[in-house]
Amino acid sequence: METVRKWVQVILGFLMNGSWSFPFTRTIYQGPLKVLCAPGLNCYSCPAATTYCPMGSIQQLLGGLRFALENGQYYFGFSVLGSIGVLGGLFGRMICGWACPFGFIQELLHKIPSRKFGIPRLLSYGKFMFLLLFVIVLPLVLVDEFGTGSPWFCKFICPAGTLEAGIPMLLLQPNLRNTIGLLFLNKFVIMILFLVWAIFASRPFCRTACPLGAFYALFNRVRLIKLHLDEAKCTNCKACHHVCPMGVKFNESPDDPECITCLACMNKACKFDAIFLEIGGLPLAVPDRGVSPGSKS
Amino acid sequence: MNQTSRELRKKRPLRKAPFAVISAFLLLWLIGVATGEPARVLEQAVQVCLSCIGIG
Repeated sequence: METVRKWVQVILGFLMNGSWSFPFTRTIYQGPLKVLCAPGLNCYSCPAATTYCPMGSIQQLLGGLRFALENGQYYFGFSVLGSIGVLGGLFGRMICGWACPFGFIQELLHKIPSRKFGIPRLLSYGKFMFLLLFVIVLPLVLVDEFGTGSPWFCKFICPAGTLEAGIPMLLLQPNLRNTIGLLFLNKFVIMILFLVWAIFASRPFCRTACPLGAFYALFNRVRLIKLHLDEAKCTNCKACHHVCPMGVKFNESPDDPECITCLACMNKACKFDAIFLEIGGLPLAVPDRGVSPGSKS
Repeated sequence: MNQTSRELRKKRPLRKAPFAVISAFLLLWLIGVATGEPARVLEQAVQVCLSCIGIG
């Protein structure tokens, strides 16, 4: 199943970044597919991006809300919120585990042999702060003389934007290099910090700073597809604790907002078939190996 | 599908909350589409966002 997940990550990564004419056009894809919402964090200023980034779009729409309202345009971000809301209702943070290109990059970096460290649980609340403050409040409230707000998360934090868009665009358009300043340096340092951190800890950006992950986390209890714990079969052996890339203690918190449904606990850890995937309450697959808490395997 | 799955299907009721959530956000998406928001999103997405990439 892990191989399937990796292939899904690769295929969706290519679909979201499927425009490979940029070495010739030296700019981003500008076709009609960009009306589609990327499920994961994927900067739409990436030269190969074929879809729009929901976090980038929300910030742009909220930043331009006053101007839009003055012109009789009711652009509250409902279409973007609706798109990611439907995805959240279907999959929750399963998208982080299966469809986010930046999550996939962090997973690959974590494969580099090194000493591995955990991430304090307290830091996982940071991403909710980024969602509330940098994606919603600041673009909406802090406006310039024209009444326009900035995309604060994209502008000051997003390492995915720096990696997927900033650096490639600087390589493609030499004239942009003259505009490099403190803003880019700040984002470049943040990107390096997260990429290096990803070598030593699993998915640090997803766990501490990703506003899209924070949004999808709100759906983890009510999403259609999720992992379920059969408490009658669980022996409390804690094997699921050791394999989770997000630091979730699944048997203690089956609806944990951090669970990305990578299925590691179900396939790699639980020997008692206490964890299974369900759709809307109906089990999708329950591996039955004839092992129960009371029997010896 | 093995015996255990069949038993579980019989025992467990269908969860309604996901359908309510998906329907609510689908409605929100439709409202956004009705106000012409996708055209604005496309307009933004086809331009290089210099702020987004840390240059502007």
